Amino acid sequence: MSARYYWGLHLGLIALLFAGHFVLPAYQHGNVARIMVLAVYAMGYNIAFGYTGLLSLGHAMFFGAGMYGMGLLSYHFDAGALPAMAAGIVAGAMLSLVVGLLALRTAGVSFMIVTLMFSQALAMTLVYFRDITRGDEGFVIPSATRRLWGMDLSDEAHRYLIAWGLFSIVLIFTLWLVRHRWGRVFVALRENEERASLLGYDAFRTKLGALVISGTISALSGAAYALLFGYAGATFAGVQYSIFPLLWVLLGGAGTVLGPFVGALFMFYLIDLSSGVTDAYMLIAGVALVLLTLFLPQGLVGEVKRRLWRDLP
Amino acid sequence: MSVILQTRGLSRSFSGLRAVHEVDFDLPQHKIRALIGPNGAGKTTFVSMLIGRLPPSSGSITFEGRDVTALPAPKRVGLGMAYTFQITSVFGKLTCHENVALAAMRRLGGDTAAVDAEVREALTRVGLADRAADVAGDLSYGHQRLLEIAMGLAQRPRLLILDEPTQGLAESEIADFKALIRALKAETTILLIEHNMSVVMELADRVTVLNFGEVLAEGTPEEIHASRAVQAAYLGTGTEEASC
Ligand SMILES: Nc1ncnc2c1ncn2[C@@H]1O[C@H](COP(=O)(O)OP(=O)(O)OP(=O)(O)O)[C@@H](O)[C@H]1O
Ligand SMILES: [Mg+2]
Repeated sequence: MSARYYWGLHLGLIALLFAGHFVLPAYQHGNVARIMVLAVYAMGYNIAFGYTGLLSLGHAMFFGAGMYGMGLLSYHFDAGALPAMAAGIVAGAMLSLVVGLLALRTAGVSFMIVTLMFSQALAMTLVYFRDITRGDEGFVIPSATRRLWGMDLSDEAHRYLIAWGLFSIVLIFTLWLVRHRWGRVFVALRENEERASLLGYDAFRTKLGALVISGTISALSGAAYALLFGYAGATFAGVQYSIFPLLWVLLGGAGTVLGPFVGALFMFYLIDLSSGVTDAYMLIAGVALVLLTLFLPQGLVGEVKRRLWRDLP
Repeated sequence: MSVILQTRGLSRSFSGLRAVHEVDFDLPQHKIRALIGPNGAGKTTFVSMLIGRLPPSSGSITFEGRDVTALPAPKRVGLGMAYTFQITSVFGKLTCHENVALAAMRRLGGDTAAVDAEVREALTRVGLADRAADVAGDLSYGHQRLLEIAMGLAQRPRLLILDEPTQGLAESEIADFKALIRALKAETTILLIEHNMSVVMELADRVTVLNFGEVLAEGTPEEIHASRAVQAAYLGTGTEEASC
């Protein structure tokens, strides 16, 4: 199918979410804003895992680097929203570069363990230097930072629109990237690294590039999360937040542009709805996840791609 | 006549087994050289060192006057060497078009139109033009071999190393393959590992015979065909090729 169709599909989702701003009831409006920010994280993760085949178990360190890079500048220096956001993004980019230079010397299970260890080290550092980071408690982002161009970012409407803007930018960027030759080389490396090297592609450098893009987008999400929802805490740098994007991407469809959003949306509402029914909501969510992995192993969007729309990016 | 590739004392052992031993090899430009030898003679090991898949235990490799012994594989490909795998190694989940596009893209960059044209031409030359949209993993073994060759062609290499390209091809496809290689001779230098003697006899300008990792003989196809040492080497391992 031609490019027109999938641009239509992706831009259609963006338009739909914009319309959501005007029609969604307050509770859903807040949820969707949060999901869009988390979907940015998932899209970042998907570039490393879904497209390049780098199974990281430590992406929370990039999310956390963004959150704390932005949060600490705000907390200690009363920085404005834009410089604080920039600090978060730069922190994530630099951390992913350093981690990549070291961790990409390994592959497969070793890569999973090395990324996990780095991430744990960062989480422990955040707890250890409690004078600076407020340790486990975390801290509230000062309201001075949560203003942008005269908008109050703690206001629901502004929050939604900024989340929507970031989500749209990252979605379009991802769509562009994966169809660009860099993105296609990412896939070649995922599928057969030796073959890709013998076609003349430097595997290490390409994977490093993919990891830095992935880590930087994850950091953008972490920084935006703190900015929009007003809080930075060490749990966001913990193991749980490394597993979440993996689950979202697997549920939605690894290596598809829409998969991360669909996965994050699905899991958010799965937990939300089942916790309304019973206290054992994690059990229901768990069973649903197992069923989905059994019957739709490619994830929701992944199955659409496999069955109906093979060249969906 | 200038030499495009040269090895001196090239050796590789696997925990004591001397797979390739002290090979001195000179390959002139724009020639077709066949590399033959019984199973396990070290042919794949030898060319793997040429392209950089495998580091040598000792010895040196010179490509177009430049010592490439320590250069990683992607850099050698960048200099104009290309290699097609003996055991097909296409991107099984991607389409034929995408496989060949990946081969062409490194050289042509982001110029989509040029890449598409190159892909179409390479697929046409191997006779897979109508399979462009098919997923590579769904192709028959023989067609995957042809796809490998198309990926080699799309790189427009200065030296093309083909490791048993005709294995698994039907007779008619072998005939097409011969015509293709003959046509390529004007553009590039070809090092061809081959078990099929009719391909060797018809295509090669010269033949190098490896046996137990060493060069046993080198000469024109006729000389090699008549050589008793070569026949003995093949008969010694019990393969039928010697009788062709
Ligand atoms: N990675 C490896 N580890 C250990 N031994 C190896 C390895 N690769 C090759 N060998 C051995 O080196 C020798 C040469 O193998 P090679 O694959 O180069 O032979 P070949 O001439 O290509 O044979 P064929 O005609 O069967 O393809 C064989 O004895 C083989 O078992
Ligand atoms: Mg071999």
